[in-house]
Amino acid sequence: MAKTMKHVDAVCVGMGWTGSIMARELTKAGLTVVGLERGANRTPAENFVLPTVRDELKYRLRLDTMLDTSVETITMRHEPGETALPMRRWETFNMGDGLGGSGLHWNGITWRFAPSEFVLRSHLTQRYGKNAIPADVTIQDWGITYDELEPHYDRFEKLCGVSGKAGNLKGQIVEGGNPFEGPRQNEYPNKPLILSQGGAMFMKAAQGLGYHPFQTPASNSSAPYTNPEGLTIGQCQYCGHCEFFGCESNAKASPNVCVLPALMRDSKFELRTDSYVSRLIYDKHARKVTGVVYIDRRTGEEITQTADIVILSAYPFNNTLLLLLAGIGQPYDPHTGKGTVGKNYCYQTIGGVSLFVEEEINPWIGTGTSAASIDDFQADNFDHGGLGFFGGGYICVSGSGGRPIQVRATPPGTPRWGTAWKEANAKWYNHNLSLTSHGCNYAHRNNYLDLDPTYKDAIGRPLVRQTYNYRDNDYKMSAYVTAKAAEIAKAMGAKIVNPPQPRTGNFGATNGQATHHTGGCIMGTDPKTSVVNRYLQNWNASNLFVMGGAVYPQNAGHNPTGTMGALAYWSANAIVNQYLKSPGALVHA
Amino acid sequence: MVDQTIPRRNFLKGAGVAGTAVAATLSSGLAACADGQTPSAAAAKPATPPSEPLLTLTPGEAAFLSAVYDTFIPADQFSPSGTDCGLVVYIDRQLAGAWGQGARFYRMGPFLPGKPEQGYQLPLTPREYFANGIAAANAWSRKTYGTPFDQLSPADRDAALKTMDGGKAEFVDFNSKRFLETLYQSAMEGFFADPIYGGNRDKVSWKMVNYPGLPATYATKAAEYRGKKVNLSPQSIADLN
Repeated sequence: MAKTMKHVDAVCVGMGWTGSIMARELTKAGLTVVGLERGANRTPAENFVLPTVRDELKYRLRLDTMLDTSVETITMRHEPGETALPMRRWETFNMGDGLGGSGLHWNGITWRFAPSEFVLRSHLTQRYGKNAIPADVTIQDWGITYDELEPHYDRFEKLCGVSGKAGNLKGQIVEGGNPFEGPRQNEYPNKPLILSQGGAMFMKAAQGLGYHPFQTPASNSSAPYTNPEGLTIGQCQYCGHCEFFGCESNAKASPNVCVLPALMRDSKFELRTDSYVSRLIYDKHARKVTGVVYIDRRTGEEITQTADIVILSAYPFNNTLLLLLAGIGQPYDPHTGKGTVGKNYCYQTIGGVSLFVEEEINPWIGTGTSAASIDDFQADNFDHGGLGFFGGGYICVSGSGGRPIQVRATPPGTPRWGTAWKEANAKWYNHNLSLTSHGCNYAHRNNYLDLDPTYKDAIGRPLVRQTYNYRDNDYKMSAYVTAKAAEIAKAMGAKIVNPPQPRTGNFGATNGQATHHTGGCIMGTDPKTSVVNRYLQNWNASNLFVMGGAVYPQNAGHNPTGTMGALAYWSANAIVNQYLKSPGALVHA
Repeated sequence: MVDQTIPRRNFLKGAGVAGTAVAATLSSGLAACADGQTPSAAAAKPATPPSEPLLTLTPGEAAFLSAVYDTFIPADQFSPSGTDCGLVVYIDRQLAGAWGQGARFYRMGPFLPGKPEQGYQLPLTPREYFANGIAAANAWSRKTYGTPFDQLSPADRDAALKTMDGGKAEFVDFNSKRFLETLYQSAMEGFFADPIYGGNRDKVSWKMVNYPGLPATYATKAAEYRGKKVNLSPQSIADLN
């Protein structure tokens, strides 16, 4: 007989960025909230301290803060009809595990998506004609506009203490910022970080080519900062150890630094770590999720937690898994195009170019956020007429520190080993940069998530099966934007520019890219084509709210975290100001 | 922890099995250091030979890996040999530890070959993978050159590794190209990781590329250092502990 805990007003499944924000907003509104985190408790003061925090092997290669694939992983194939095989260890992307989730190991790059992204299908149809979008490109509108989300972006940026320079303040273009961004009500809470050598070279070259470079918005605080929760964020040390690492100076925003200390002081909140949610309890008749079942990993006991409101705030794969297991909504079928759960899974399309320069780069001084970017080839900021693809990406100069196991490019023709290889490393380590084309990934009919028929996780559930490949739009977009990056590389006065490397070939479980996964539980205006409504409320269970990248109908060229935070605040606002007054569907289909 | 009461017998036994080729490489590496051919003080300082007993590698495996690492990282003006930099000690500890024993590794069947893009699909743990890879490589080396890999001349070792790298070495029931990648990755990790893991002795690779290591707190220096050549004496985790 499973143990049942005392009923609460709300339960959050997963305590990364979105779970922490939702728990904070709901407890502030007077609700009792339990946060369930499958991984360990972690605090920066205890777990991420000098000198051991600067351990490239432990955190970057052995992935100490990441999800243990022996417990849970996914299977992967390229097309429907193929046999998917498990990712037996992370060789390409890495889901976070433990308190803070992936919000602990991210780089801190904090974008707002371009306004056109939220109304993508309508926008492209209007600009390029109603037959312009190919039939197998299943992009959709979000059901929300940039202007509606703007105040919530603002809140998330203030929570994180983002360092940057506004480029569009209330419709006025501001020198030094990103002129392509949507109108902002407020300047960033912190001024931009100190520009790196690579960043200075990139900005000069991009400007010379007529582009509009700016310092990339970063949740690495340029100065000590107190956020609206009253929590102190430290000053960035430019240590070069952001991605994959915790931050010993508390300068990189994370749930652990920016939200959880305030939340933990609230008696209406209870955190339970090592609490692994195995399934949702769905009352199909009542169209409610009455609670969740989790395993207390310290005792092995199966425990039921009932709640009036259930927040799915796990990673996109897990949010989708829990819906599929509970039979909430219809699973997506690529053959018919019908069904919604698992639909429009997207990733990120990244290319790059390596260059070698005379200047001293000192790559070991840096933040996780790229120093500088341009948005000239992002979204629909440029005319796509005749190009044969839609979307784009930002081009930036490499940001990750020169951590020596992994970050050591050498010019073409360098042998792989021996004295000449060492000589090239000694010569070029401090004179190498790379430019990245960080591109969108627009939805495709055959890219989706479902349950694997063969492989199971450690508690006997099917693994999520990812059916995914890059598609025509991705290859063309990446070739175009990466070629622009190569032009900038040449304009930077490089002695050597390696051949550009746009995204080509099949998606692979071994070619390392970003951990930016979206879709599976997409938001929209119609229950026939989306899983949640514009408030992230599930169409089939009105007390169930789904968070994170899972709700993006397709992925933009910008990194996803800023939009995730904004959507959490937007949804919390709807729950507190509308749902609590009259629990039930907030949108009637 | 390493039992300090056990002398370096095990490793030397490994080196003994390796025969003259390894011994020659070891001594030539040390000679190169002592000869003053090295421009930097870092590389000129003789490396401490491995003093730790091996935790999991057999003598034959240690000899194989020593020969591979010394080919990847020969003793020269930039650094002592891979073995003298501690790479065999590094991989021995890694294979004996959690990673080597298959921690964080999804090991449920069925085990299907799949496409290369689907990644590693064998049931072998890293420790088991190395054991099988070394056996397959030595069998191929015997067939091709008449001796196990570690007894090849330095030139033949280099050629053999290049054949593997090019996907042309026909191992029996084992993917030679992928094994070469694994060996190479282990060498890069051992050579460039923090010295606390047993490789990168004296922070020799960090000195080679001028990576300053820890504590990496540059808030007050980021502007000052921008575009300038900076020579900081590298510090490791052990130095700051």
